[in-house]
Amino acid sequence: MPIHADPLSLVVAGVGGQGNVLMARMIGSVLLKNGYLVTMADDIGVAQRAGAVVSNIRFSQRRRYGAMIPEGHAHFVVGLEPLETLRMLSKYGNPGVLVLSNLRAVFPAGVLLGRDKYPELGELREAIETLSKKSWFLNATGIALELGAVVSTNIVMLGALVGTGQLPLSRRDIEDEIKATLPPKTHELNMKALELGIGAIQ
Amino acid sequence: MFKISDDSPGSAQLLLGNEAIARGALEAGVQVIVGYPGTPSSEIIGSLAPIAKEMDIHVEWAINEKVATEQAAAASFAGLRSMATMKNAGINVASDFLQHHNLSGTGRHGGGMVVVVCDDPNGHSSSDEQDTRWLAKSADVPLFAPDDAQDAKDLLKYAFEISETYKTYCVLRSFTRVSHSTGTVKVGELPSSKREAAFDASQIITPETPFIVQLHESAHKRQEKVREEFESCPFNWYEGPDKPELLIMCSGSGSPCSREAVDLLGLEGSVGVLKLATLWPFPQKLIREHLARARQVLVVEETDPFIELHVKELVADSSDLAGKVKVYGQGSGHLPHCGELTPDRVVRALSRFFDKEYVPRDTDYAQKAQEMGSRMLVPRGAIWCPGCPHRASFWSLKEALRKDHRNGFAVGDVGCYTLDIWPYGYHVTRILHGMGTGLGLGSGFGRLGRFKFDQPVISVCGDSTFFHSSVPALIDAVHNNANMIAVVMDNSITAMTGFQPHPGSDTGAAGDAANAIDIADFCRSLGCKVAVQDPFDIKGTTEKILQLLKDEDGVRVLVMRRICELLRMRKQRKEPYNITIDESKCKEKCTYCTEHFACPGLTLDKDSRKARIVEGVCAGCGVCADICPSRAITKEEVK
Repeated sequence: MPIHADPLSLVVAGVGGQGNVLMARMIGSVLLKNGYLVTMADDIGVAQRAGAVVSNIRFSQRRRYGAMIPEGHAHFVVGLEPLETLRMLSKYGNPGVLVLSNLRAVFPAGVLLGRDKYPELGELREAIETLSKKSWFLNATGIALELGAVVSTNIVMLGALVGTGQLPLSRRDIEDEIKATLPPKTHELNMKALELGIGAIQ
Repeated sequence: MFKISDDSPGSAQLLLGNEAIARGALEAGVQVIVGYPGTPSSEIIGSLAPIAKEMDIHVEWAINEKVATEQAAAASFAGLRSMATMKNAGINVASDFLQHHNLSGTGRHGGGMVVVVCDDPNGHSSSDEQDTRWLAKSADVPLFAPDDAQDAKDLLKYAFEISETYKTYCVLRSFTRVSHSTGTVKVGELPSSKREAAFDASQIITPETPFIVQLHESAHKRQEKVREEFESCPFNWYEGPDKPELLIMCSGSGSPCSREAVDLLGLEGSVGVLKLATLWPFPQKLIREHLARARQVLVVEETDPFIELHVKELVADSSDLAGKVKVYGQGSGHLPHCGELTPDRVVRALSRFFDKEYVPRDTDYAQKAQEMGSRMLVPRGAIWCPGCPHRASFWSLKEALRKDHRNGFAVGDVGCYTLDIWPYGYHVTRILHGMGTGLGLGSGFGRLGRFKFDQPVISVCGDSTFFHSSVPALIDAVHNNANMIAVVMDNSITAMTGFQPHPGSDTGAAGDAANAIDIADFCRSLGCKVAVQDPFDIKGTTEKILQLLKDEDGVRVLVMRRICELLRMRKQRKEPYNITIDESKCKEKCTYCTEHFACPGLTLDKDSRKARIVEGVCAGCGVCADICPSRAITKEEVK
């Protein structure tokens, strides 16, 4: 049963270099083609230098909404990194929120340097489950690595998002978008990544 | 996929705010666009540069914002439409020219000219929350404030019409949430004709002394005419009941945030929203008309109370309104005067006004989210990339100043090397302000010897910053024989803002061949003592800095030359070295490389308590092998 809300507010969070801005742009482009008025904001900060990256996507059939989602008002949180999933839930989560999260941790600089402690993955997963109405987890990075291209993590996640069936995005939409926006030599790989992402959910 | 140069009028496209501004420039027939990179403005020129050739327009990254604005003005004097782009801090650099050009105007056959400035409330990527609306008011030129991508594109076109009709440059003030938001934009037609440049040399364009008072007066008269246009401008609109209990007046981020807040509180029947896009000259009649709707006004705007003060002034000056209309906003404490505006901040203002309780989410949930967040969420702060030359440069600076024992420090500048003062930097930098200030401040310290100042000071700047505004300070120091050390961290690109070229590059914005200016040669030509070092040679660099610290005579320049690691990765996929750690040599709990050298490519293994390479993160630069006190890290060249 897809979510019915207007505007519908989606958060795509990750870490610089994971490709979530491109992923958000692809989602936005499909929604535009499907007739919605779309607004998106990327919070990049100094992401190239290992920071967190958040894309808000809001879409409506009524008007062009502002890109900023009010606190506690996300309908769906997609996290390419589990700590970032929790970070978004702490700000935008609510008892009705749906979550799709990659399980592969990307350690923040402070953790690598021994100044901070990354939470236990089990505990992190449990927190995400507690803070969501329904949650889907997958090791998207692992799937992409098996395909031999860690850069396809975002497309695996996109596949999984389609697989949840909660948003007005079809597999065909994303396939068209891959063909229209990504370099031709990567099409075969990304189609496979998409398929594996869908499969990881169903 | 849609390109901003595609001619498909009427179609809806997904455009970044800055792309929408670039598209607006094309639709307005702008032929010359010049700017200096600065977040959040860089993508305007970034998206125009690749299509410059096909569209036959001139797109350029100038040495700084002042030169960019002057170039745009020259094109406008010659009858072309032109645009200058910059960030909030950038317009300060351009101001000396802009605060004169406001009086002289664009001339007899001048083309429209718009200065696009992108503010950064919250300082996402800035060291200020400057509200540039005041600068347009100070110059007394027309000011436009869009609230989303579509608005920015359309308003820019309108600004060009105003500029051309009234012969003055205009300011379009964007900000992070417009420039860096992507939205549905209905695109318009692209013009088919181009103008030819020519200057009518029978005129003199200047605000010089003989003309100044007269020009000042005509500028005010011109503004009165623009004000009349603004009173009925369709970009200012009202939404809500005829006679609301509360009238919101807003602009920029204020309009989406206000509409959202009204929705969230279900106040559609009691609150009206007046969105203002033309802010200066202030459309007084329009404001008065809307004040007839309600006696209570809440002004919702970001950073400074610009509209609020002007509404208050208008009310105070009107006998029919004074004492009857109550204006709420920042002055009344309903809204904050710093930080970014959010829907929630407006919700709080409205809840307080209507005494209406608002619970953003289930309180039990909120409590759990708060508890789990504070227990588990560790920050993800910015750090120099693995393999970044700046880490090595600052390591040597730190080592040299430590060995020198005279309590020395660095004066920094704006670029990736700014990260030295951030939590994961080395904090060699003790003073840091705007662009080009490192050399100016450093040379100032170099004059204090006669007052018994005896601490060594090292001025730091980057390559783009060197050209942007460090050069005058350097020349000044040479001329006055200051005791100064200037370190130029030359990574061959403007890295922080997304790899734009600068005068040291051999290509320009649109890919044309350019004359690269060598920083070391340039400094030599001034008479500086110049050395060039590869910062990855830690030992050699540290020794060199120690020598410079002992010298104390005249201006010494050290160019730390190594390409930005992200750029190197683009050019050559393989890493320079294989890095291995000999566990038998690595001392347990030493943490010198992890905690002190602080490269995210190294971490302390939980079990062995010894250093470990983080696969996939380590860039193989090999610098850690040279700083390891136990010689446990080895680098082996990748063939």
